[in-house]
Amino acid sequence: MTRIIKLFPKGFFTSNETLVAVVIIAFCAIATLSDPLFFSVTTVSDLLRASIVLGIFAIGAMLVLVSGGIDVSFTAVAVSAMYMTTVFSLGFWPDMPWYLIFTISIFLGACLGAINGVLIALFGLPTLIVTLGTLSVFRGFLLTFVGSERISALPPEMRGFSRMVIARGTTEGGSFYSLPWAVAALVFVVVLTWFILQKTVLGRSIFAIGGSLESARRVGINVRAVQFFVYVYVGALAGLAGIIHASMGRMADPFSLVGLELSVIAAVVLGGARLIGGYGTLTGTLLGVALIILVQNSLIVVGIPSTWQSVTIGMLILVGTGIPAYQAKRAAAKAA
Amino acid sequence: MASANPHAFIDMKGITKRYAGVTALDGVDFSVNAGEAVCLVGENGSGKSTLIKILSGVEQPTDGEIFINGEQRFNLDPRASSAAGVMVIFQDFSLFPNLSVAENIAFSTQLSKQNTLFKKRNARDLARSVLQRIGVDIPLDTRVESLPVAHKQLVAICRALACEARLIIMDEPTTALTELEVHSLLEIIRRLKQDGVAVVFVSHKLAEVLEVSEKVFILRNGKNVVEGPATDFDAASLTRHMTGRDLPQVTVSAISETSQTLLHVKDLTKAGVFEDINFELRAGEILGITGLLGSGRTPLAKALFGLTKPDSGRITMDAKVIPLGDPLASATARIGYVPEDRLTEGLFLTQSIIRNVAVGRLTAHERYGFLNMKSLNAEADIWLNRLKVKAPDIEAPVQSLSGGNQQRVALARWLARAPRVLVLNGPSVGVDVGSKADIHNIIRELAASGIGVIVISDDLPELLATCHRILVMRNGKITDEIKGASISEEELAHRLAS
Repeated sequence: MTRIIKLFPKGFFTSNETLVAVVIIAFCAIATLSDPLFFSVTTVSDLLRASIVLGIFAIGAMLVLVSGGIDVSFTAVAVSAMYMTTVFSLGFWPDMPWYLIFTISIFLGACLGAINGVLIALFGLPTLIVTLGTLSVFRGFLLTFVGSERISALPPEMRGFSRMVIARGTTEGGSFYSLPWAVAALVFVVVLTWFILQKTVLGRSIFAIGGSLESARRVGINVRAVQFFVYVYVGALAGLAGIIHASMGRMADPFSLVGLELSVIAAVVLGGARLIGGYGTLTGTLLGVALIILVQNSLIVVGIPSTWQSVTIGMLILVGTGIPAYQAKRAAAKAA
Repeated sequence: MASANPHAFIDMKGITKRYAGVTALDGVDFSVNAGEAVCLVGENGSGKSTLIKILSGVEQPTDGEIFINGEQRFNLDPRASSAAGVMVIFQDFSLFPNLSVAENIAFSTQLSKQNTLFKKRNARDLARSVLQRIGVDIPLDTRVESLPVAHKQLVAICRALACEARLIIMDEPTTALTELEVHSLLEIIRRLKQDGVAVVFVSHKLAEVLEVSEKVFILRNGKNVVEGPATDFDAASLTRHMTGRDLPQVTVSAISETSQTLLHVKDLTKAGVFEDINFELRAGEILGITGLLGSGRTPLAKALFGLTKPDSGRITMDAKVIPLGDPLASATARIGYVPEDRLTEGLFLTQSIIRNVAVGRLTAHERYGFLNMKSLNAEADIWLNRLKVKAPDIEAPVQSLSGGNQQRVALARWLARAPRVLVLNGPSVGVDVGSKADIHNIIRELAASGIGVIVISDDLPELLATCHRILVMRNGKITDEIKGASISEEELAHRLAS
C-alpha cells in the first residue's frame, strides 16, 4: 500500500484536485447506477459542449486569482465583445469569414480588458472594485448605445461555425451525439495558458506577484506590465468565449452570460485556486468546471430536483474549499 | 576624482540626505572592503536605513560621493546598484512563499537575463550550485512557505549569491533566529568572506555578529559617531555609542515579604506542546520564562491568556479557577497579554494610536449602548503620557510609530484595564536599545506597583535585567528554575541549550 502511495506526488491525497476528482467519479458512478444510459457518448459530448464557454472563462478567472486579483467583469466583457462584433459584421460585411469574426471579438475583449488593466495596473485600484464597476459600465454601455435586441439572424459564417463538428453520429440506443470543433478552442486555450504559466518568465511572474507583490517589486519584476497583461489576456479569452457562446447558441443575446461570473469563480476556487493569490492549477480549474457542469446538467439523473442545483453547488464549495482550509488552520494552530 | 581608498569595494564619502527640512544623514562616511564583514549600528531613526537606501539606489543623496570598485557613481538606481553586485536582504526576506526554493533562488537571474522562456532546468542547476557553495542542503522543490525561518533566510542569501552578489546587506539578520541558527549563519558568513563577498549587518542587536566582523560603524542622529575595528567593541560599548548615554545595569528590587500569591498554575498540559507546567506568581513579582524556539514557551504564554486551550490542568487566580482556553474569561479575571508579534496579533495597525489604547476599555465607558468618547479618549491619553509614547499626533495610525513606541501603545492598552497579572511575550522584539531600557524600567515599575508580571523571552540580558525568577523550558517541560540575580548570561545560555 505504501508503495502505491509513493507513486503519487506529496500532498496528492489532500489536494483540492484529488477531492474534486473523487467527487466527480462518485457522482458519475451513482448516476450510472440510477440510469445506465447516463454513461454514454451522448452524455460526454453534451457535457463537453456545455463546458466550452465556462471552461474558457474559468481559465481566465484562474489566471487573475493566481496574480492576486479577482475579476468579476469578464462576463460583461464577453457579452459586449460578442454583441458588438455581431452588430458590426451584420452592418458592414455579413459574409465575413468566421475566423475574422472571432478575431474581432477577441480583439474587442482585449481592449475592454485593457481598460481594467489600466485602472488596476496603472492607478493601482483594488481589483474587485474596478471590475465590479466595469461589469456594470460595460453592460450598461452595451444595452444603451449598441442595442438591446436579441439577434437570431446571425452572420451565416457564425452559424456555419456551430455546424463544424469533429465527430457526429447516433448511438446504438438511438440517441444523437456530436462533438463540435469549438471544443478545440478550449483545448487551444488550455495549452496556450499552460505554456504561458509554466514555461515563460511572464507566467512565473504572475505566480510571483500573487505570492508577494512587494517581493516581486524588489526583485525587479515589472509588476504593472504583468498585471496589465493579465487583464488584457482575460479580456481576450472572454471575447473568444462570448463569440463561441453566440455561435453555438445561434443567437446574439445582450442579456446573456452576465450573472455567470460567480459560478465561474466558484469552479476555479473548487479547483484549488486561492483568493489570496499565488495558487491555482489548470487541472484543478478544469476539474472544478467539470464538476459544476455535471451538477448543472445531470443532477436530475441522480434523482435530485433541478431546483436544488444552487444548493448543491454551494454545499460543494463549502465542503470542497472548507475542508482544506480547516485542515490548514488546524495545522497552523498546532505549529504555533 | 578617484576614491581615496583603492581597496574599498564601496566607499561613501560625506553623504548627506535631507528630506523637506529634516536632515536624515549629515556628512556620513562609510566604506566596505571586498570580503569584509561590517556592522552598521544605530538606533531607529539614526539614519542607517537611509544610508542603505542610498547605497542600494532607492534614494538619491542630497550631497556626497559614492565609489563602487574605485569608480565614482552618479544617480545610482536600484538596477545599477544590483548590477554592481550590491544586494539587500530585507528583514522579511522578500521571498515568494508560493514558489519553490529553486525558483526563488533563480528568479532574479532569469529576469535580469531578459529571458522570455522560463528555464526550469537552469533554475534548478543554479539553485543547486549556490546551495552547495554555502554548504547547505534544502530540498529544491519545497515551497518556501513551508520552510522554517532560518532556511528562508538561507534561501534569501542564495538568491543574492545567484545574482553574483559582491556585497550582501542584511537587515536585522539575527532577530528571528535561535542561538544555534545564529551560529550556523556565522559559519556561512565566514565562507562567503573567503569567497571575497562582503557583508554588511544592519542592526541594533549586534553583539552576536561582532565575532565575524572586521569593522563597526556607529551612527547616531544621522552622523558618524565612532568607527573602528570590531575587536574594540563589546555589547556595552556598542550600546553606549548608539544611545549616547550609559545604560546602567539595573537589577530588580526585592519583592515585599508580605506579597501574596496571585496566580497559580497547576499541571497544565497540552499534548505534544507542553506538559506538567507548575508555578506560582506573587504580586509584584516578575517571572521570566525562557527556552529555545519550539520549547513551548509561546504556546504556554498563549495558554495563560486562554488563546490556546490546554488539555488538562488548572489556572487559578486568588483561589478562583479561570476556565481554560477562554481569553474573555482571562481578561475578566484581569490577566493581560501582550503578544510577541505586535504587528499581526496585537495592534490595529491602520487605526489611530488613541483608538488602539481605548479599544480595551469600551465597556467601561459605555452607557445605555452609547460610548462616552470624551472620557474614553481622556483615559487613553493619560496612559500614553505615562508610558511616554512619542507620537506627533494621537490620531496618527499606529503603523507610523517606531517599534518601541508601538510596544508602548500595546502596553498602554492593557494598563488602562488595570490588570493584576500581565503576560508579556517578547516585550522588546524589534525595539531599539534605548527604548528597550525604557520598557524594562516600565516593567519594573509595574511590578513595584503590585502587578504580577510574566516575561516570556529568549533575550537573556533582558531576563536578567528584569526578572526575580527565571523558568527554563525545554521540550515542553520546565527543566530549571533560577533566581534572577544569581546567574551570569553565559551560564543561562548554557542551561538553555544543553
